[in-house]
Amino acid sequence: MSTTSKVASTNGATAVAGGKPSRIGAGAQWADERLGLAGLAKKNLRKVFPDHWSFMLGEIALWSFVVLLLTGVFLTFWFNPSMVEVEYQGSYAPLRGSYVSEAFNSSMHISFEVRGGLLVRQMHHWAAHLFIASMMIHMMRVFFTGAHRKPRELNWVIGSLLLLIGTLEGFTGYSLPDDLLSGTGVRAADGFIKSIPVVGTYGSFLLFGDEFPGTAIIPRLYIIHVLLIPGVLLALVAAHMLLLVYHKHTQWPGPGRTEGNVVGFPMLPVYAAKAGGFFFIVFGVTAVMGALMTINPIWMYGPYDPSKVTAGSQPDWYMGWPDGLLRIMPGWEFEFWGVTFPFNVFLPIIVVPGVMWTILLLLPFIENWITGDKREHHLLQRPRDAPTRTALMVSLMTFYAMAWIAGGNDIIAIRFDLSINQITYFLRAAIFIGPLIAFMITRRWCISLQRHAKEQALHGYETGIIERSPDGAYSERHQPLPAAKQLVITGREGDRLPELEPGTDANGVRKPGSRTDGLRGRLSKLWFADNVQPPTQAEIDEAHHHHDGAHELGAGSSADDDDHVTLTKGH
Amino acid sequence: MSEHDNLPAQQGGTDTTPTSRPLEDQAPGLPAHLWRPTDVDRKAEKRAERQVAAFFVFSMICAVLFVVAYFAFSIGDEMDTFLGLGASNLFLGLTLGGVMLGIGVGVIHWARKLMADEEISELRHPASSSAEDRDTTLAALNAGLDESGIGRRPLIRNTLLGALGLAGVPLVVAFRDLGPNDMSPAQLEKTFWMPGMYVVRDVVGTRINKADLQIGDLVNGEPEGLVADSEGHLPPPLDANGEELRPALEHERLNIEKTKAAVILLRMSPGDIVRAPDRENWDVDGIVCYSKICTHVGCPIALNEQQTHHLLCPCHQSTFDLADSGKVIFGPAGHALPQMHLAEDEDGFLYAVDDFSEPVGPSYWERG
Repeated sequence: MSTTSKVASTNGATAVAGGKPSRIGAGAQWADERLGLAGLAKKNLRKVFPDHWSFMLGEIALWSFVVLLLTGVFLTFWFNPSMVEVEYQGSYAPLRGSYVSEAFNSSMHISFEVRGGLLVRQMHHWAAHLFIASMMIHMMRVFFTGAHRKPRELNWVIGSLLLLIGTLEGFTGYSLPDDLLSGTGVRAADGFIKSIPVVGTYGSFLLFGDEFPGTAIIPRLYIIHVLLIPGVLLALVAAHMLLLVYHKHTQWPGPGRTEGNVVGFPMLPVYAAKAGGFFFIVFGVTAVMGALMTINPIWMYGPYDPSKVTAGSQPDWYMGWPDGLLRIMPGWEFEFWGVTFPFNVFLPIIVVPGVMWTILLLLPFIENWITGDKREHHLLQRPRDAPTRTALMVSLMTFYAMAWIAGGNDIIAIRFDLSINQITYFLRAAIFIGPLIAFMITRRWCISLQRHAKEQALHGYETGIIERSPDGAYSERHQPLPAAKQLVITGREGDRLPELEPGTDANGVRKPGSRTDGLRGRLSKLWFADNVQPPTQAEIDEAHHHHDGAHELGAGSSADDDDHVTLTKGH
Repeated sequence: MSEHDNLPAQQGGTDTTPTSRPLEDQAPGLPAHLWRPTDVDRKAEKRAERQVAAFFVFSMICAVLFVVAYFAFSIGDEMDTFLGLGASNLFLGLTLGGVMLGIGVGVIHWARKLMADEEISELRHPASSSAEDRDTTLAALNAGLDESGIGRRPLIRNTLLGALGLAGVPLVVAFRDLGPNDMSPAQLEKTFWMPGMYVVRDVVGTRINKADLQIGDLVNGEPEGLVADSEGHLPPPLDANGEELRPALEHERLNIEKTKAAVILLRMSPGDIVRAPDRENWDVDGIVCYSKICTHVGCPIALNEQQTHHLLCPCHQSTFDLADSGKVIFGPAGHALPQMHLAEDEDGFLYAVDDFSEPVGPSYWERG
């Protein structure tokens, strides 16, 4: 590499001379003679990673997961997942003398008697919020920029699994302190399980080991939370990273950046330093959050008591959307043939989350089936350049948002002095209409942005400078875009409709499977309809020709306006 | 959206309009590398070097301060000694944050200012293996399958599939004992309540006299025997003659029974009550008694609208009308709150005539 600095001594300009190996070299040789790692390392030590701020979102998820592992291990040394009742005799005076479970007691002990215990508890909780939030935003970034396309579909599947399992991990952890708020959540979970037809009641007995709440649920959630799910998460995170390395990261188009290469900084030293340093930043930020922002103050909720509840009961934010669906669902419960079917619970909490997650999982495959695109893609797309895809994600986000808002309908009613009934009625409609409106607006918005970009690429951007020619004609000065920006617009690939064979053969007989092909054809036409294609050579030439004239405002002939010729040609 | 005049060309079609030129053709190559101030100015370089070191020194100072804070501040119930936060938690967190941020910011500053910053390019390769590799693997796979003879011996294949399928059964059955021995859903229909059992206040455990309740008063109740005394012992429930209705409950079952037996009592003016034909005498002078457990997913119901006799569940806002058999008037709950047949003894103390006539809490398949 010719990355010599003019002065910096850290950027060595000469190749390392042979001879006596350095200390690092000797160590590496010792290891290689036993492990044979040089073959693997030679490719990866200087592996290139492209740089963009949005690639950091997944990194936040990764590092907050590491923070979760570290803080979680600390907490296990004191936490006792038992539902045996003990009398609380700790430092927190208001609860002294009350009967609490050992799980609650030890959580209180961590918070009040273990130095740094409350800090680590709060860091653990904040890191969990960060983990799930950054996974979600990372997922949206991937979809909006088309990074889920071939060959990365399987990594999308792994990511979707991580999001689902990470959410379950959050719920199991949140329930462990056995406080009043989380206990209410577990109580509701019991109701969710019981709503499943035929097997639900037995499912509840099996999970709780008795009638709710029994004495088994906390130890069981504990082992799921500290062993089972983290193990699965760890394996999936590893697979996610390995595939990332194998595929090489996607990159934004730009000068010198093509489908065939990857441009950026080498793993060693720059990327290792930036990514490694970022771990410490995520760790530090969670520590500061744990210091300054109280989260889950279990001493204020008190121990779980099945006959008590706090007003404004809210789950952690990532469970808010199914909770909101529960709230706006009409009370449709069916009784027939001597059984009860609690459809009012089963649909919003069991069916819809499952369906939504399946849709999420299948998004790359649905898009691929419609577009019929079999090429590999390593250059990212701007969201506007795939209007239907962008609109689809925005409409899913709108569904999520409406459900999430519904999850806070009581808080909204109180804070804004609104009727909770009317908020609920509104959201019952908005959850269906909102995503449709969002889809249409987003799609047209994207197309407008595409048109604008093409206009700018062909005719330059408007400078706002109005000029008057000697013969009185007014025109606005246009300037060509900077080359790099121009390239992103003119250099992107156009959309391509899938190649579908005609549905009937030469004799007019329908072929098997032609019906789905027909649907596919129609869907792909809708998918691409009205998209603006990148300018063709003819359009560019035509625009150039036009520029040799002028940009007149109103009538007026100024065919020989020298100024404009120099302006457009001069840049 | 109906006009498709702007549709792209068919893939591989022989459209004469050229699509855009591929990026490779237009790409002017990587932009020229720009030297940073730290690359060309030795002063700037030295300054950056000192800045990075300063971040690391800051981190070290924070590490020392963390240890100081660890031993200097007591925790316990001193939760708001500093800025409304516990001093120990605050300073431990800030110093730990300083330790980590000092390292992180320092390393990234180093990478940005002093490490090589020229972008390099690497070629990509298709994700798939070479055609040759694929053919070899396929051939090996076929050879292996062929030598196993699995295709030619359907008897072996089918019995193996059967065995593997059934091998899953023990693995599933082994989890049966996660649940209790008795998993009959009928248990969910019974609560702790028995005929003649007194209603007590849920915190202090004293019986409730109807004279203690004014119109509009709401009281949380439990059956006698579910509220521990100051020693933590559960007393046996007694009937009007002072005889044990059932032995005192073991403490382990307390939460299970409380989950089903919790009730609310509300006194309203007797004229407000819309009495169902079979519930003519279920209230005592306008005091009605209902299960406290929401019929939606089982949260305890708590929010009372005094003027309307409406009771709201704080979890999902199901609203029940206590003046009208506990009917659902809003929200996602599917059926009314179970009502308890309430009566008074000669001194005016309230007791249950019988257990609830239907299961309390969330619905389930076998509820009927």
